[in-house]
Amino acid sequence: MPRISLNPAAAIFLALLAFGLVGPLLVYPVFLMKVMCFALFASAFNLLIGYVGLLAFGHAMFFGGAAYVTGYLLKVAGWPAEVSILAGATAAAVLGVITGLLAIGRQGIYFAMITLALAQMFFFFCVQAPFTGGENGLTAIPRGHLFGLLDLSDDVSLYYVVFAIVASGIFLIYRTIHSPFGQVLKGIRDNEPRAISLGYDVNRFKLIAFTISAFVSGLAGALKAIVLQLATLVDVSWTTSGEVVLMTLMGGIGTVVGPILGAAVIITMQNYLTGFAEWVVTIQGLVFFFTVLIFRRGIAGEAERIYRNFRLRAVSPPRSEKTGRQDAVAPRNAA
Amino acid sequence: MLDLPAPALFGQLLLGAINGAFYALLSLGLAVIFGLLHVVNFAHGAQYALGAFCAYLLLKFAGVPYWGALILSPLIVGLLGSAFERLFLRRLYDVDNIYQLLLTFSLALIIEGTLRALFGSSGFPYENPLPGGINLGFMFMPYYRAWVVAVSIVLCVATWLVIEKTKLGSYLRAATERPDLVRTFGINVPLMVTVTYGAGAALAAFAGVLAAPIYQVNPGMGANLLIIVFAVVVIGGMGSLMGSVVAGFGLGLLEGLTKLVYPTASSTVIFVVMALVLLLRPAGLAGREVH
Repeated sequence: MPRISLNPAAAIFLALLAFGLVGPLLVYPVFLMKVMCFALFASAFNLLIGYVGLLAFGHAMFFGGAAYVTGYLLKVAGWPAEVSILAGATAAAVLGVITGLLAIGRQGIYFAMITLALAQMFFFFCVQAPFTGGENGLTAIPRGHLFGLLDLSDDVSLYYVVFAIVASGIFLIYRTIHSPFGQVLKGIRDNEPRAISLGYDVNRFKLIAFTISAFVSGLAGALKAIVLQLATLVDVSWTTSGEVVLMTLMGGIGTVVGPILGAAVIITMQNYLTGFAEWVVTIQGLVFFFTVLIFRRGIAGEAERIYRNFRLRAVSPPRSEKTGRQDAVAPRNAA
Repeated sequence: MLDLPAPALFGQLLLGAINGAFYALLSLGLAVIFGLLHVVNFAHGAQYALGAFCAYLLLKFAGVPYWGALILSPLIVGLLGSAFERLFLRRLYDVDNIYQLLLTFSLALIIEGTLRALFGSSGFPYENPLPGGINLGFMFMPYYRAWVVAVSIVLCVATWLVIEKTKLGSYLRAATERPDLVRTFGINVPLMVTVTYGAGAALAAFAGVLAAPIYQVNPGMGANLLIIVFAVVVIGGMGSLMGSVVAGFGLGLLEGLTKLVYPTASSTVIFVVMALVLLLRPAGLAGREVH
């Protein structure tokens, strides 16, 4: 019997990619685009929590900040779409460097509190700043043309542009994780004092990872501003920061496909819950609550565990207790 | 200095002292919980709002006046807090402590979302139990505001005394350092943890009742306040109770002064101070970092 040698993570990716390509034929494209924006956002967030072990609680600052910049450039300054998106993501990266410099000196919960406080400071700035439209936000943002040619007001053309950018963004995160740089990040996550003793400038690595995460979050926010033609205070509020934590946790912290699945689940859930308008926050809170209590590995984490158990049993039928050690040497098929 | 009319200056200082009183009470509760549990209680703001709502509902449906609510409401919220710790939070003590933080965060979402769904976002007024005031010559001092500042100072000092000077406090401090060793002496540390979380939640609820007549009773009242309190805690240093109380009052006053001198910066001044402190003294002003 031929052994299927395709790594399950790669299989899931190919499936997602294939679904992404035919997606607009099956599902409402704007909904799918929203899912993709949040999938990118959650992937960027996951780079920090999953691979550096930093719980950042202020990522709305990068997401919403970029949405404002892109929205403003498109609507008021009339810049082309591709430049506006890039400018939004770059602005988020600059914010990321500043926040990172202030926050990475502290660890664990302090890091969470500092990033949250800085994001709130940015929120107050957005409330008062003249270019954000205050309580109303920026509405009816024109989608513009890509390179002056492709009309993005058509949902399907926009869909493939968003799909290409999101796929590249997730690939960037994937490459970061699987590079020597990413190995150092994981080393820092698992044992920071040891990484320091080996001569790594830990704070520099953390700052670079933080900036990449901010940049990609910004990319997601910029796309979201174009897709929904909207940039509001909700995008920079702490609830958005909490939402991205929930998506990542639900999908599986420290897995590459997890955040994508998590974003899809949460956005779909929000879509179905619109009928219960005022109870959405409570329901989302309850889902969050029980995910933390009993489903901490998330969808991808649980799937990986089940798959590994299953394969162990299939590969080595009844053997003695020593098979238990198989687990330790089995290659980690971290998706 | 700047040419400011005295009544305006003292008025803003009083407002600053009131805000400072709330910052101090809330950061004190956070520090008490953090000291023993090593959990940052993200639900603290929601428990503060819950305290205010309890007072409002007690008055509306049971006719319990303000002074009764000041006792009952913290008791109710404290019991709910203890139950939450005993039933749920306790299950997470042996995993990474970010999960405890996330659980309290999700509790905050549940409480705030439910309050919003039941009572709407607009909020309700709560009648001032101490109307009137006294003219001090340089400013007008409403009785209720004087009461708020006074009672919060008393409460902060009392909490500090309990923790630093009593036998119970010494158990608490010992359990912070070595819970395993304290248990071998036959002291029920898990019970102490439950009571401490309840006490922290009760402090938040007490602050909520105090706040009800000044601000409106509304579901969002805690969330924004809590984030400012986080900044206060980062500035003061979580390791020290006195540090968080002093930082609370000090930053409240600073905020009041900023409102007078440069109003647009008043909502961000505390965060700016936080950024400066992080650059100059990363461990906070009181300077002891607990991991």
